[in-house]
This record gives sequence, structure tokens and C-alpha cells, in this order.
Amino acid sequence: MSKSNPSTSRRAFLKGAAASGAGLAAATAATANTPDPLITEVQPWASGLGDGVDVSPYGLPISFEDDVIRRNVEWLTADTISSINFTPIHALDGTITPQGCAFERHHSGAIELRKEDYRLMINGLVDRPLVFSYADLERFPRENHVYFCECAANTGMEWAGAQLNGAQFTHGMIHNMEYTGVPLRTLLEEAGLDAAGELKDKWIYVEGADASSNGRSIPMEKALDDVLIAFKANGEALRKEHGYPVRLVVPGWEGNMWVKWIRRIEVMDGPVESREETSKYTDVLENGIARKWTWEMDAKSVVTSPSPQAPITHGKGPLVITGLAWSGRGAITRVDVSKDGGMTWETARLAKPGEKMALTRFYLDTDWDGEEMFLQSRAIDETGYVQPTKTQLREVRGLNSIYHNNCIQTWWVRPNGEAENVEVS
Amino acid sequence: MLKFLKISTALVLLGSPALAENFGLGRVALPEEIAAWDLDVRPDGTGLPAGSGDVLTGEEVFADKCAVCHGDFAEGVDNWPKLAGGADTLADEDPLKTVGSYWPYLSTTWDYVNRSMPFGDAQSLAPDEVYAIVAYILYSNDLVDEEFVLSDETFADFEMPNADGFILDNRLESEHALWVGEPCMENCKTDVSVTMRAMVLDVTPQEEASSTETEEVQVAATEDAPAKEAKVEEVAAIDPELIKAGEKVFKKCKACHQIGENAKNRSGPILTGIVGSAAGQVEGFKYSKPLMAMAEDGLVWDEASLQEFLAKPKAFMKGTKMSFAGLKKDADLAAITAYLGSFPKE
Repeated sequence: MSKSNPSTSRRAFLKGAAASGAGLAAATAATANTPDPLITEVQPWASGLGDGVDVSPYGLPISFEDDVIRRNVEWLTADTISSINFTPIHALDGTITPQGCAFERHHSGAIELRKEDYRLMINGLVDRPLVFSYADLERFPRENHVYFCECAANTGMEWAGAQLNGAQFTHGMIHNMEYTGVPLRTLLEEAGLDAAGELKDKWIYVEGADASSNGRSIPMEKALDDVLIAFKANGEALRKEHGYPVRLVVPGWEGNMWVKWIRRIEVMDGPVESREETSKYTDVLENGIARKWTWEMDAKSVVTSPSPQAPITHGKGPLVITGLAWSGRGAITRVDVSKDGGMTWETARLAKPGEKMALTRFYLDTDWDGEEMFLQSRAIDETGYVQPTKTQLREVRGLNSIYHNNCIQTWWVRPNGEAENVEVS
Repeated sequence: MLKFLKISTALVLLGSPALAENFGLGRVALPEEIAAWDLDVRPDGTGLPAGSGDVLTGEEVFADKCAVCHGDFAEGVDNWPKLAGGADTLADEDPLKTVGSYWPYLSTTWDYVNRSMPFGDAQSLAPDEVYAIVAYILYSNDLVDEEFVLSDETFADFEMPNADGFILDNRLESEHALWVGEPCMENCKTDVSVTMRAMVLDVTPQEEASSTETEEVQVAATEDAPAKEAKVEEVAAIDPELIKAGEKVFKKCKACHQIGENAKNRSGPILTGIVGSAAGQVEGFKYSKPLMAMAEDGLVWDEASLQEFLAKPKAFMKGTKMSFAGLKKDADLAAITAYLGSFPKE
């Protein structure tokens, strides 16, 4: 027997600890008066044998971590086939999101498309309309880049008030991966852009092979700048749910434009004004007029721990406050953290200098006095933009924008270590 | 000049695409291939095929293929999108964004219906059907009368009510200009009190103790061992390859139907145990009148009746609300019935 029983799983431990404080003793072994049997007694794993190699030729996380999973909010949509789920950011650290728990958003389900059946067409205002196979794509010079992908609706349920109780649900429509792919510019040049004439006012229209097609129009300037035709993420093939075998990567711009199973790119003299860029992904202001072409994701941050799903279980003393920050307009240069709901702020430590359009991990290593906290984080990016409060956003936009809510988030941490999503004055 | 254009490395090369170096990869796309995939329709109607459709035809097609999710009057069923109503609500506390109240271009509706609808059977509509459906959606929004005919020739004349309801992204001027500079670090406000709590709403999904659950299921399965063995034998009598093929065919059904453990009624009823059952028996599902009539006449879903139904649903059951064109291949019909049969009644 080498497995612990389920009642000692991390989640149960967290729950028990936060509810009763019972976890405190177990978590602070250093102060024990009696010898710890985990040390003084020979444990089964120290005596018997573990699994051989190949028990799982492609491994999943150990069973004790089986609560670190994507989760869906059922009441949000009519059907999981056209829906979204959330990355468990409250339980992750570092910046790279493992593919297996990176949020999914489908408009007509995650399709299975073999590499052999994959075709990418470039047509429209090009010199030579071309069709590429998957094997063709692998013969172009390729690049590696780390980028975040955030759904424009991330935090969208929080416009009218504090609604969902967990960083996973308020901020989990985001992932951050290292992509391998071919610059879109290379493929457009292969098809030739002389036919397009003046490029400044030209667009591309991109669409997927699935039934939704999820077509979006992108200005030529962005298309030639940093857009990637990606086929690997975090070193391995894209997952089915993220567009296997090939997806579009549009750094810093809303996730809806990162077309999965991309099958066609058309060079055009104007936008298509597709469903996804008119009826959806446009932001209604208070006067009923809507903003369109709101592509960039503004600077944003959130404390991932402690948070409602990641309560403090160890009582007062040393505490690591950590979270994520990102900006679709460049690199994060600074993150401030407040423990008192925004009265005073301290500048947090960035784990690494911020990278353009990628997640940045921040830490505030602190000594918790065991009193309640109103935890907030505030990101600043290289343009000098400071992440706004929800009040500031509401003053400009009202309550019905749905998309692009990048407000400062507040967690109310209680003396017992539990945290709750709240709004403060 | 678009406002987002900035001086950047991309722009430097914008004027000189001829610099490009060719790799000689890929092949030329044939005209037939471009025609098959290049379906997008622009606001001025560019891309529309020739054709036309009127409101009354649209009403029939809509009832047949769209109403199961969008409602007979485009009012929306359950959480599925409402396509009609909401006029003049965009500045309200709860705006209702529909084709009529919000969508700025009619081309968007045509393009989306043609490319991606019906849900689960995309790209199955003929151009005239799309024109008719779009005409009916306009009618259900009180934007045209019932004599209205939409065609490629009249398309560009139609202006949507909310055509002027959009502005280009102005965040740089209206937000960024205000929210820059060194932020306050101390004494930023005098008072902090809680104004809203998520716990009050209580709409967060509960985290299940998944390891414990798995354990319980395993225990249950062990106690249930004899019953399980019997099921295995039953399945073994059927061709496993055929069931596997049927699982693939079932993808066409999945948008509306669930089967097996934890299946729930969706826009179609649960299909667990359907083979050998009397029609119209799934608890909690609201069947169409024609189905209930046939059920009263003693319809039983055996392999023969299911295959006849699934080959041509509308011919077998006139007025069924199942919006499915039918399976053309006999092999698919055999496979789907084998697959359905592999889920016996609980």
C-alpha cells in the first residue's frame, strides 16, 4: 500500500484546516512535542516498492492533485458544446499553464482533425492562392514564444457585483503557453502580397475548420507583426481542445481571435463583420452604444493565493501572497499589493522581469498578523497604464460591457484563513 | 487611416511585400477549392450567392430546423440565443441583444446561418433556405411584413436598426489617458467597508470531493458485480466494431441527445435504453404531438423502426421537432442502432 487514503488529500486537508483550524498543528511540525511517527516509524513507501516505469506511458498528475482541474459554471451557457471552463489558477504557480488544465472555449465543440486531413488555405488579395498541408507548415522556419491567451469575457460575470467565489471562476479564462509555430507573415509572403497593393488599409479574415468557423477579421498590420501559426504548445502537440493540429496565436489580443483548427486566411480590403465581431465581442456602454474592435487585453492582475479556493491553513506568521499579472499592450513592469482594501500599497517582487504579452508571477513575502485582510493587486505595464478599480471602469463603461473587465479584485481574508470574493468601498 | 496604426517594424515593411523570399512550399489552391471554402459575406452583400426567400417559406424552414433551440417565434428556448425582440433596450439595465435590436449588418446573419447553422448540422442549408430563414428572422423582429422577399439583389438595400450603434475602440483616449502615472501608495482612502459579497449570491459551483466519489463508485460497482457481468455478456453478443463505428455516427446526435450514465434530457430526450422501448417514454421530456400520436398508436423503437426514422425523420414522422436531415448510408444506420443498443435500460 503506497497510497494515502482520500481523506488526507490536499483539498480535504485545506477544507478541514480552514474550517476548524485543526490543520494548524499538522502544518507546523517544527513545534511538535512528541516524535512524529512519519519520521520515527518506517513508512510503507520507505520499505516497499513503487511503480515501475511505463505504468503510465503518458502521465497524469498524481491522484492527490486531482482537484487541480478545469471547472465549468453550468448556468452560464445552454450547453457544454458551446461553452467555456476555467483554469485552476488558484492552485498553479510559476507562469506556464499545463495544457491539460488550460481553459477551453468552444463554439461548436472540440473537433478531432488528423494532421493528414489538415489543410490551410490562403486566398483573396494574394499573388498565388495556396494550400498547405501540415507537413508543409513544418518546413517553414519556426519560432518559439510564450504568450497568454485570455478570453475577452474573463471576469465578465463580475461587472454588476462580486459574484463567483474563487480566482478560478473570476479570472480563470486565461492560460499561458510556450508556442512553436511559423510567423503568419512568412505564409502571407509565400502567397505574395503584391496583389493587395497598399497594405495599410488591408485586413485578413481567419476561420477554423469546425462547424462554428469562428471567423474574425484582423488588420494587416497585426497579421504581419507577431501573429503565429502554431502547432506545438509547451513542447508537445496542441491538445484537441486547443485546436489540434494548428491554431492561430494573436499575442495580447482577445482569445476569440486565436482561431483553433485554422483552415483559411483571406486577404481582404475590409473586415467581414462576422458574428463574433459584431453581435459578440463588442462592448455595450451605458448609453447603449457599443465599442467594437476592442482587441487588446488591458493590464490586469489577480492574487491567486490566498484566495477563496486557496485559504490560509497555517495561521499567523510567514505568508506567501502570490498572483499573476499580464498586459496585452506589452510587459508588466510592476505589481503592487494592498492588504487593506487599497488604503496602502506595497510593491511586490516579480519572479522574473515581465515579458511582453505573457503572464508575470508576483510574490509578496509577508508576516501575517492573523487579522483580516482585504487583499488586492494592481498591475502596471510598460505603457505606464495602471490597472483600474471596478468603480473607475464602471464610471466609463456602465455595467453591461460583459467583455474586458480588468478591474482590481478584492479577497476578504478572515482570521481563520478563509477568503471571499467581495467588493469594497 | 485606421487609428490603431503605429510606427512599428511591421509598418516599415508594409509598403514592400515584394522583398519576400519564397520557399516554394504549398500548392496553388484550385478555383473549386476556393469556392468551397470562401463563403464569407460582407456588409455590402459581396459573397452572396444568387437566390431568394420569403417570410412564409422562412417560417416553415425555421420551424423545421431552428425552432428547437430558438423557439417558433425566434424568442429562444431555455438558455439558447433569442433572435428576436429587445428593440430599444440597449441602454436599459438589462439590454436584450438580438439580431433585430443589436446586430449592425444583415450580412452577418446570412453569413452565420449559412456557415454554422443549424447547430450540429452546419452547412446543410441551400441558399434559398438561408434567404428564407433570414427573411423570417427579420419578420419576427417586426422589421418587415409577411410579404417580404429577401434576395441577393435586394439585400444591400436593407439597413439594420442598430447599424449606427457602434463606435471604434476608444479606450486609449477615454481610459488610458486617465489611468497612467505613479499611483497612490499611502493614505489612498480613509475608509474600507464591504459593499458586496459573493457568498450572498451563492452561485459558485461546489467543489466535489472527487477522490472520495471515485471510491464510492468503485465500491458500488463491486457490490453490483453480477449485474455488471450480465451486461457485459449482452454487449459481447453485438459486434464491437459496429458499436465503435456507431459512436462516431452519434457525434451528429450529440448536440441534442445524451446517452449512458448521467445522461440528461437536452433539446432531445435521453437515449439510454431506447432500443426495444415504446416511443415517448422518457420522463420529463416534452415530446412533439406527432411523436405522442405515434406512441399512442403503439410505436416501439426496435432496430427497424429506428433505422426508418433516422434515414428520413421528416418522412417517417411528419412534424417531428427533431431537426435532423437523416442518415444517408445504410452502414451508418446499422452502426447507430448498434451503438444505441449498447446502452440497455438501467
